[in-house]
Amino acid sequence: MPEYREYTYDVLIVGAGGAGLRAAIEAAASGVTVGVVTKSLLGKAHTVMAEGGVAAAMANVDDRDNWKVHFSDTMRGGQYLNNCRMAELHAREAPDRVRELESWGALFDRTKDGKILQRNFGGHRYPRLAHVGDRTGLEMIRTLQDHGIHQGMEVHMECTILTLLTSGGRITGAFGYDRERGHFMLWKAKAVVLCTGGIGRAFKISSNSWEYTGDGHSLAYHAGAELMDMEFVQFHPTGMVWPPSVAGILVTEGVRGEGGVLRNSEGRRFMFDDIPDLYKNQTADSEEEGWRYTQGDKNARRPPELLTRDHVARCINREVKAGRGSPHGGVFLDIAWIKQHIPTAEEHIKKKLPSMYHQFKQLADIDITKVPMEVGPTTHYMMGGVRVDGDTQMSTLPGLFAAGECAAGLHGANRLGGNSLSDLLVFGKRAGQYAAEFARAHSAESIDAAQIDAAAARSMEAFNRGAKGERPYQIQYDLQEKMQELVGIVRMESEMKQALEVIEKLHVREANVGIDGNRQYNNGWHTAMDLRHLLTVSEAITRAAILRQESRGAQFREDFQSKDPEWGKYNLVIKKTDSGMAVEKRPVPELPVELKQIVEEMK
Amino acid sequence: MSQATFRIWRSNGEGGAFQDYKTEVSEGMVVLDAVHKIQAEQAGDMAVRWNCKAGKCGSCSAEINGNPRLMCMTRLNELPMEEPVTVEPMHAFPLIKDLVTDVSWNYEVKKKIKKFKPRAPDAPDGTWRMQQVDVDRVQEFRKCIECYLCQDVCHVLREHDKHDVFIGPRFLVYTAALEMHPLDTENRLQELKDDHGVGYCNITTCCRQVCPEGITITENAIIPLKERVCDEYYDPLKKLFRMFTGK
Repeated sequence: MPEYREYTYDVLIVGAGGAGLRAAIEAAASGVTVGVVTKSLLGKAHTVMAEGGVAAAMANVDDRDNWKVHFSDTMRGGQYLNNCRMAELHAREAPDRVRELESWGALFDRTKDGKILQRNFGGHRYPRLAHVGDRTGLEMIRTLQDHGIHQGMEVHMECTILTLLTSGGRITGAFGYDRERGHFMLWKAKAVVLCTGGIGRAFKISSNSWEYTGDGHSLAYHAGAELMDMEFVQFHPTGMVWPPSVAGILVTEGVRGEGGVLRNSEGRRFMFDDIPDLYKNQTADSEEEGWRYTQGDKNARRPPELLTRDHVARCINREVKAGRGSPHGGVFLDIAWIKQHIPTAEEHIKKKLPSMYHQFKQLADIDITKVPMEVGPTTHYMMGGVRVDGDTQMSTLPGLFAAGECAAGLHGANRLGGNSLSDLLVFGKRAGQYAAEFARAHSAESIDAAQIDAAAARSMEAFNRGAKGERPYQIQYDLQEKMQELVGIVRMESEMKQALEVIEKLHVREANVGIDGNRQYNNGWHTAMDLRHLLTVSEAITRAAILRQESRGAQFREDFQSKDPEWGKYNLVIKKTDSGMAVEKRPVPELPVELKQIVEEMK
Repeated sequence: MSQATFRIWRSNGEGGAFQDYKTEVSEGMVVLDAVHKIQAEQAGDMAVRWNCKAGKCGSCSAEINGNPRLMCMTRLNELPMEEPVTVEPMHAFPLIKDLVTDVSWNYEVKKKIKKFKPRAPDAPDGTWRMQQVDVDRVQEFRKCIECYLCQDVCHVLREHDKHDVFIGPRFLVYTAALEMHPLDTENRLQELKDDHGVGYCNITTCCRQVCPEGITITENAIIPLKERVCDEYYDPLKKLFRMFTGK
């Protein structure tokens, strides 16, 4: 039996980004005891990197907006693979969740009449994103953090979960370690909410922080819960491409929302050349109309730069492959050009996009108010995740909940920008509420000590091998390299089968990892512990992507280039079985009549 | 590609020493890239705290060539690379290991500051109305990424160890953001004076100079707070008035 510290809560929240903090606030408010475990320091979670805004149909800027339009935009963006109940709840509840933030101290940018300002974003019919310049995520996490610390939750900073604990088909808690000192930790809980974010570190070019190693996805899978939609990985069209050490860092969609345009090396706005049928009616015919749209003209339609992310990313990829890219293998994103229309463009850009201005100035020595940026696609977001009930966010494992990026359903085959911050708030709250209810309705199950022993022993093996084993960093690099190359934006069966072989070999190498030193703040050990999660989610992504023989949303198959209505009837579900990872087709739940009507009306 | 030397502080929490590491560096690299490279190739167990690597989370604070900086936002081409680049942990907080310090004190301090308390909503639907000009100055303070470099450089904490009686620039900015929030109705002046030590700051502006977000900490946040405290507690006319009226 390993030595460990023990804590007991009604509800344990894993992750302290937007979803985790919102869930914790809700659960604590209902009177149950709440523990929060976070891999980083409080307030550093990946939510801080969200830039553009939070989508909510408040109709502060355009009074034609309402939840029905937001709902149908979300469904269209997700190519109708979304869990329609989640899309409905999300669209209905997001405005209240945003206003609630204001009552907790958030300060969004304002309209002239003093309301919360909203901006245009890809795939949203009306200006809908409440924002604070281009640092909306920071404002959100800080608001939740500063409110949350007074709500009585206990926060365990810099701790990693090694395994979820189950007994009698129910969740009983989690076992892990404290990264700073290396102590093992046991958290007993009647309900556990996973809010662990995404999987971006499985790829080489990524906008995601180091934390995004798919922990929640993998922990849930190994505990017996189902995952869904794992083939859908969003590649954001605009990440930095130069210098190499910063490749992948996000360039907010807000740049295009404020009038930024994409051009190839010939100076052509290539996005006008390929507008999907689904969006023909909503897209501008001319550059002039597109400009008017970004400046708030209600009679203008959006420029093709603001089409959905999956589409824009593929168009950029195509330009680069056709030899019409920028010097460092991207395309040009130009916001400086707006000086043709706005005399004070330089100040305007700095005010609207301050982080972008600084990011390029500091990291690339480029002044975006004067010259175009070079951008290219970067791994950004995981639509797939733990399969949950739309209302309660409970997974298929009783007592285990998931919210935010690590849960599946809301976004279907592709997420709209701005819908992730609203997702965190709406479903973070719901997960917290229903997890607390679950905890109140159930007594604590006893802990299975064998599960703890196994997890502790496994985590210590790397130290026993020491210098005789392989260092973990290279294994992670090799995985990232191969996932990027073989399961990236453009996919083919033969390549993905190769990826499965690679993953299998990496599993063997992972089992032979060796770590120097001791457990105290040992980044090598931390990286080694993340590897298992990364390999699990990589395998899930690849297996699901192979099975789905069509191109839809974020998944583009070179060998099956068109959308197949038959495939539109299924989500893919992933489950752990005795013989390994199984993928199966599950019918997409049918839209209730009233929602179907909304979708039809908005077409 | 060229070779460079990094002189990195190694310690398990007690004692410690600089150790030199030579590694290849290339165009556009930042200090954090070099530290990662050394970690992957030569020092697998070296402790460094980082997260977003984009200057947005404030995790990778350190002292580079003696200056408090974010490792992820310090490009090598702004440093004299013919000499070793020294990288050491922040000095104002207890060391855990190598480049990682225990910053938990900051989280305790924040909890002690009275939380946001809004006025009643302005509109019947429970929402408020605020003009952009009124939120501008608070938005400046809310840019803070809590890297604690301002705390690190502040001599009241760094040299004089006044962690028990002074909350430091970060939390004076935090208090200012609350006090100047258009909706806030709380009063924090008495704690500012008695418990949070606003008087200890002698406005040397060191904090403002190292802020990676460019927040005008001293002039826009701390000095106005000092003025409010003076106005409330040290106004000679008010004192006379109180003496005579007994109020």
